[in-house]
Amino acid sequence: MTPADAEALRLRALQAVKGVCDPEIPVLTIADLGVLRDVAIRDGRVEVTITPTYSGCPAMNMIQFEIEMALDRAGIGGGQVRTVLSPAWTTDWMTEDGRRKLREYGVSPPKPGGGRRELFGVEEVECPHCGSANTRVLSEFGSTSCKALWRCEDCREPFDYFKCH
Amino acid sequence: MATTSIQVNETPLVLYLLRRADDALILGHRLSEWIGLGPILEEEMALGNIGLDLIGQARSLYAYAAEAEAAGNDEDTFAYLRDAPQYRNLLLAEQPNGDFGQTMVRQLFYSAFADPYWRAMTASGDATLAAVAAKSEKESAYHLRHSSEWVIRLGDGTQESHARVQEAVDVLWPYTGEMFECDAAERTLADGRTVIDPAPLRDAWDGTIGAVLSRATLTLPQNGWMQSGGRTGRHSEHLGHLLSTMQHVQRTYPGAAW
Ligand SMILES: [Zn+2]
Repeated sequence: MTPADAEALRLRALQAVKGVCDPEIPVLTIADLGVLRDVAIRDGRVEVTITPTYSGCPAMNMIQFEIEMALDRAGIGGGQVRTVLSPAWTTDWMTEDGRRKLREYGVSPPKPGGGRRELFGVEEVECPHCGSANTRVLSEFGSTSCKALWRCEDCREPFDYFKCH
Repeated sequence: MATTSIQVNETPLVLYLLRRADDALILGHRLSEWIGLGPILEEEMALGNIGLDLIGQARSLYAYAAEAEAAGNDEDTFAYLRDAPQYRNLLLAEQPNGDFGQTMVRQLFYSAFADPYWRAMTASGDATLAAVAAKSEKESAYHLRHSSEWVIRLGDGTQESHARVQEAVDVLWPYTGEMFECDAAERTLADGRTVIDPAPLRDAWDGTIGAVLSRATLTLPQNGWMQSGGRTGRHSEHLGHLLSTMQHVQRTYPGAAW
């Protein structure tokens, strides 16, 4: 395989896998989320590197499966998916486009640079429906590991907040 | 059908990994026992989520233990085919759920340790451990905050909730000393900068627990005699009962898969 062939294959693989969606937040692709870390050619074969959002994220097996399917649909055989833990995934890797899509989906996106939280801190989260900052947490743990359940005190709508990690 | 338990060659690294993985698995399993019994839907989900985080941490650690031991064991055989005396978890992790308050106190005691512990472990000279630590410390920060808020709410709540959560603090207190132990095997790894000595984390833990209990109007117990033994496989009777449920399918139908 010439370097040009390898690069063409890599781009074709990247095109195929970057559209794979998170099964639990189907408006986000793995590229939006920052879960897709790399697509490379190793010994003539495609190697896709992903990193889990949470240690126990049950979506990771599904995502790996979807990547393999996407490569197969693109006619790319023998591809491999590699999961790496380091560097640890952070919500800062979520793209601007991903944040916008989340908001439109009704989920308040994580703040960039949100980082870790104080033990007794108060967090300001904007309502994805009306934009109000007059909101409060209902539960730190929502419908999936990555979300918390909040409510807007102005429009009274409950909403999910994608937690900072 | 054979249901024989596995034998594990516990080098210092393998032993260390099993200890930390067992803490996470056993505590995670305890939290899973709340499924269907949570006091409110939001808490049911919270307990399930925290349990999932812990079981995820356990899987990463068992996978590394399997690689380090290189004897054909894997995360499933470590979890399903060891008997209670082969488990290396903290006694705190296996203590029964009790009421919701007791579950929150147990979580607070553990998370107030796990949070600074994994943060310090991100500096491990072992790249795999540093990576596991980086994920675990973020998760532990949420677990700590969640359990702190509940202990404060229950302690500073009604007479009944205050009395119950104070009793939970008193009952679980003797199991907290074990977290800070560092035996010869772990000392070897600490000297090589693979792991950290947990003893110096005592001040941070005391500070967190003191702040939470004070806000909760709860009384900090005296530091008296502490229970110990989980790290060497001397467990309370509770672990055997937990394992009999957790391992039931693999022991009855060896090798069964989904
Ligand atoms: Zn609103």
